[in-house]
Amino acid sequence: MYTQALDSHGREPVPAEEAAAAAARFQARIDAEEKIEPKDWMPEAYRQTLIRQISQHAHSEIVGMLPEGNWITRAPTLRRKAVLIAKVQDEGGHGMYLYSAAETLGIERAQMFTQLLSGAAKYSSIFNYPTLTWADVGAIGWLVDGAAIMNQIPICRCSYGPYARAMVRICKEESFHQRQGFEIMLTLARGSAAQRAMAQDALDRWWWPSIMMFGPPDADSRHSAQSMRWKIKRFSNDELRQKFIDVTVPQAQFLELAIPDPLLRWDEALQHFAIGPIDWNEFQAVLKGNGPCNRERLEARRAAYEAGAWVREAAAAHAARQAARGAEVSAA
Amino acid sequence: MSAETTATDWPLFEVFIRSRSGLEHKHVGSVHAADARMAIEHARDVYTRRQEGVSIWVARSADIVASDPAEADALFEPARDKVYRHPTFYAIPDEVKNL
Repeated sequence: MYTQALDSHGREPVPAEEAAAAAARFQARIDAEEKIEPKDWMPEAYRQTLIRQISQHAHSEIVGMLPEGNWITRAPTLRRKAVLIAKVQDEGGHGMYLYSAAETLGIERAQMFTQLLSGAAKYSSIFNYPTLTWADVGAIGWLVDGAAIMNQIPICRCSYGPYARAMVRICKEESFHQRQGFEIMLTLARGSAAQRAMAQDALDRWWWPSIMMFGPPDADSRHSAQSMRWKIKRFSNDELRQKFIDVTVPQAQFLELAIPDPLLRWDEALQHFAIGPIDWNEFQAVLKGNGPCNRERLEARRAAYEAGAWVREAAAAHAARQAARGAEVSAA
Repeated sequence: MSAETTATDWPLFEVFIRSRSGLEHKHVGSVHAADARMAIEHARDVYTRRQEGVSIWVARSADIVASDPAEADALFEPARDKVYRHPTFYAIPDEVKNL
């Protein structure tokens, strides 16, 4: 439905003034808040930016199943276990919605998988941190999903229709993720001294990586300005980060847990919480593949892909045989 | 690693869901599957985890023919000046009832 017509897009030589006029018409549509749909003309750079962003987003959902999946067999109660399974299934589903949206831009899913498994594609840095205790499952739901929601709600209004529609679906489902995480933190924070300590330890380890999820500071963000003009992005990294901090600090106070930042303070003049410096070296190291779990995560994905090869082959063989039988029946 | 050289996709299917009895099927996205039966099962797992549907249609994406956005004017413009196709085009005195 999408890919056949795309091969010609942007690849035929077009006179410069015609290309400029097309780009101007495209920007006018964006400025008028029109949605761009798969078969519409779009600048090649818009297409490539979206392919990169949506596929990275999809990979993040898929790799994001691993840290939490680590605790499914050890969830403390049957209720927690059922909830965690449902949440991890949602993450898988979110990955599928997003791969499906990316494919409308003319990239094949197999190609995206290959990019993930070979290490060529990036995914969110946060999933390269380990889940050491049960409280980490709570901290991930509360902080990591909280940060993700902050990032994702504006994408529901993204100029590219299929991405925007996938995000609407995802955001509806994320809300339960964050609430179940906060509930875990609340239970631990009101529990025994050991449980409180476990909750505090999880907050200590997940706070800064969550803050870094919003990406580099605006001054260093390579893709931001163009993405804002194209309405792929609606708010800058620093704006979203500040929003997240402002809503999350009072939640930590409610839990009576300490945010691991001695410089954190309320700025009366700005009406925002101010935080201490972010360790961007850590962020860059994780992005470059040197976080605590980068290698483990990719190995887990590759092992899953390879272990599933026989299932894919068997399904394809079954489909081929059914098709051949169907052909025999209709020929008879 | 075999994934780099052998990755191929199953065919792509477009998914349409009837959210409640009485409503039409609506396009929601797509899934890859070896055959139609598997496409229905994948669509169930991906798009109806919260009872979003009571019925699923899948159709091979390659079989769908879509209109070309470049022809949108030629296709749809002729209807634009035919406001007389709408009931509000006609002025009827207020005292006339049941019309």
